[in-house]
Amino acid sequence: MLTRISTFLYQRPRLILFLLLGPPMIYMAVVYVGSLFSLLINSFYSIDDFTGLVIGEFTLRTYSQLFTPANREIFLRTASMAAVVTLADVLIAFPLAYYIAKFASPRLKTWLLIAVTVPLWSSYLVRVYAWKLILAKEGILSWFITLLRLDGVLEWLLSFEVIGGSSLALSPIGMFIVFVYIWLPYMIIPIQTALERVPGSLLEASGDLGANPMQTFRNVILPLAFPGVVAGSIFTFSLTLGDFIIPGVLGNSKFFIGQAVYSYQGTAGNIPLAAAMTMGPVVIMIVYLLVARRLGAFDAL
Amino acid sequence: MRFNASSTPRASWALKIAALGTLLFLHVPMWIIFLYTFTPDERTYTFPLPGFTTKWFAIAFQREDLWEALSLSFRVAAIATVVALVLGTLAASAVYRSKFFGREAISFLLVLPIALPGIVTGIALRTAIGGLDIPFSFWTIIIGHATFCVVVVYNNVLARFRRLHGSQIEASMDLGANSFQTFRHVVMPNLATALLAGGMLAFALSFDEVIVTTFTAGQQSTLPIWIFSQLTRPRDRPVTNVVATFVILITFLPIFFAQRISAQSSDSEGGSK
Amino acid sequence: MTNSSIPAIRFDQVSRYFGEVKAVDQVDLEIRDGEFFSMLGPSGSGKTTCLRMIAGFDRPTSGAIYIYGKEVSDLPPYERDVNTVFQDYALFPHMTIEDNVAYGLMIKGVAKSERLKQVDEMLDLVRLPGFGYRKPSQLSGGQRQRVALARALINHPKVLLLDEPLGALDLKLRQQMQVELKSIQKRVGITFIFVTHDQEEALTMSDRIAVFNEGRIEQVGAPSDIYERPVSAFVAGFVGTSNLISGDVAKRITGSDQTFSVRPEKIHLGASGGSTDGNMVSIDGVVRDVVYLGLYTRYLVQIDEGSDLVVIEQNLKTTSMDVLSAKGQKVRLHWHKDHISRVGA
Repeated sequence: MLTRISTFLYQRPRLILFLLLGPPMIYMAVVYVGSLFSLLINSFYSIDDFTGLVIGEFTLRTYSQLFTPANREIFLRTASMAAVVTLADVLIAFPLAYYIAKFASPRLKTWLLIAVTVPLWSSYLVRVYAWKLILAKEGILSWFITLLRLDGVLEWLLSFEVIGGSSLALSPIGMFIVFVYIWLPYMIIPIQTALERVPGSLLEASGDLGANPMQTFRNVILPLAFPGVVAGSIFTFSLTLGDFIIPGVLGNSKFFIGQAVYSYQGTAGNIPLAAAMTMGPVVIMIVYLLVARRLGAFDAL
Repeated sequence: MRFNASSTPRASWALKIAALGTLLFLHVPMWIIFLYTFTPDERTYTFPLPGFTTKWFAIAFQREDLWEALSLSFRVAAIATVVALVLGTLAASAVYRSKFFGREAISFLLVLPIALPGIVTGIALRTAIGGLDIPFSFWTIIIGHATFCVVVVYNNVLARFRRLHGSQIEASMDLGANSFQTFRHVVMPNLATALLAGGMLAFALSFDEVIVTTFTAGQQSTLPIWIFSQLTRPRDRPVTNVVATFVILITFLPIFFAQRISAQSSDSEGGSK
Repeated sequence: MTNSSIPAIRFDQVSRYFGEVKAVDQVDLEIRDGEFFSMLGPSGSGKTTCLRMIAGFDRPTSGAIYIYGKEVSDLPPYERDVNTVFQDYALFPHMTIEDNVAYGLMIKGVAKSERLKQVDEMLDLVRLPGFGYRKPSQLSGGQRQRVALARALINHPKVLLLDEPLGALDLKLRQQMQVELKSIQKRVGITFIFVTHDQEEALTMSDRIAVFNEGRIEQVGAPSDIYERPVSAFVAGFVGTSNLISGDVAKRITGSDQTFSVRPEKIHLGASGGSTDGNMVSIDGVVRDVVYLGLYTRYLVQIDEGSDLVVIEQNLKTTSMDVLSAKGQKVRLHWHKDHISRVGA
């Protein structure tokens, strides 16, 4: 009996495909894409100023609200943080990724990779929380800074309007540190993968042709690592754009995109605006993904 | 350090220090949480620790709300993992077996929930679910989690499939086994490790998730949501530390084993040649 | 075992297209019960595709395939009474040798004790006694190949298909296995269908050979027929070295300008101007190149503007000094008229 079903299916490869692909695709299409779609539709709706109810009519009014000075500021703030975080992550991730890819023995490599992926999959919230402890005014970092007699420097940094705040734990500097920390594994792994693919013979050839290590690094290694960098920066940029927890826990009252969206859809009930705001990061991300795919970053994922 | 045939150059000291620094940067913060589980200080995060106590472990143990959150997280993660295993394996099988129009699109579609910021997924689901007037509950949380857990299983299973020699399946059928028997005797044993690894990663992912969960949950609190709410309640800090340490440990184990399993199966048995 | 007149395998105008590519192009074929049949050809000639269609891993685009009279085009592999030895052996890495070999029996539901008994018999047949508890990764290539053979034969299929099974073995082992396979086939008595690109292998082992080229069969016949009387330029060139002579030169020698081929070892090198009898053909030429190869020497003789013939002579009495001095000399070439094989255009 099972054999008969098997033969029946065997002669109909299309049917097998539908049966296999059906459930996951239906789920993803209906649940996920469907939700995204409804979000998109919602962004074209608007809110009646008096009743606070959603008007189900197509309009671009909500999108125009994105361009108010307040909102522009939010976008700018979030985007610049994302950019700076990405840059910092590349710089910090590179040495380790390079080391793992090219210099670690196979045994050490396995352990190092585990050491990098464990934080990646670990609880995001707990890791953020750890920094709340560390950055606290009376906490370990403060103590350390005092030990090094650098409190003056810290005060000075915190006095800056844009990046400073009342304490490390409640300032953009603090947020920056945490963002860099949280997304670091996302940057290490793609770079490591890309570098791993560079055959040792290329480096030897470069040396053979007269380049010193620095030149080899600049002309051979860096360009070949670039797709990995792009892949990693997809994560750091996108995740920073949408994050509302870190700014919430460590920020001052100046909103980031994520927080704005959260508040709009929550108590304010202004779903259209929340949806419209979300579209910003989504569009950026999709463009980014397409560009990255062109640059071959998807192989490094 | 081993020398291989092409004599890998040794890393410069600067590189080694930089790499080590990054590594420490990654891990030390989590150790610090562990350190703080022993502080008697209830209100602040003073360093150095004003004392040493283990009472918080006991107190945490007795908290009802904590146990509820933990249980919820477990149940959600378990079911989301099962869903992910089924859907992920089905999708991976389809992509591996046949060439069809839109094959690359499948991978892209499946990775979207992870690639797009959590808030996008969260808000999208919330508006959709709310729009359909479905109450937010245990099941809506799972629906949300499943979307990003599927790709984890999918990737693992697909990678494993690719290492499987297609001729084994043909050989099995040649020897008289129909598709179901072939699946049972030849495909499954080979997939088992991938399913295990993928499942454990999916479990960890679901267990830790907070952003999408806040959008898709009703009144319930999963453990991460509990922690999130604790971040704004200054009185119970040390309990939070205990919970945080616990969470680290609980998610460390599956991830660690998943990695070991994946690493192992990629060196051993490369097939019959 | 019984010598029936129903062919073991019959192809009736079978074609297999992959889009525009004609992998197999209207092939007709009959393979007799109990014979050792080889399908020979370069890669991409369609021989492996034909094999896979017999096994059931591929379906003909058009035409029909019959196994002992039964049409099987739509049947999946597990419904056919045919077993395959794969090129990469395809042993199941997670099972022991014993489980591998017994797999077919296990699927059929044969009891364990009976399975073990038959496995032992099979392992003896392929000369791997006692290997049952080991795993494929512990075996050498040659050993795995024999396990693959045992795994297929234990099911007593009517036809055994072998897809270039000896390709990965080194020369000595390969020659050894050729002898073993042949003797096993004689002992078991079933039809063997053997795919290879190695013409020497095909000539050594087969009762009959089908030579494939670009999806079509150019010639089917016993090894001696294929070798002595190739019907096309391709067959002449693929199986062994051959000389192809056409056009005016052919006309001068045979009286007709149809292309013919003659094997190098059939040509004798004689002194220039020597006489011949009526059964022989002779022609003058100049030795252009000599290659001494120990057992024999290969000469390149130019007989006419542009036409070269390859001549091979065993070094029965000559030394390297002797043969190398032939370079540049005028000679007369002789060969028997019967050794000419007319080749279709």
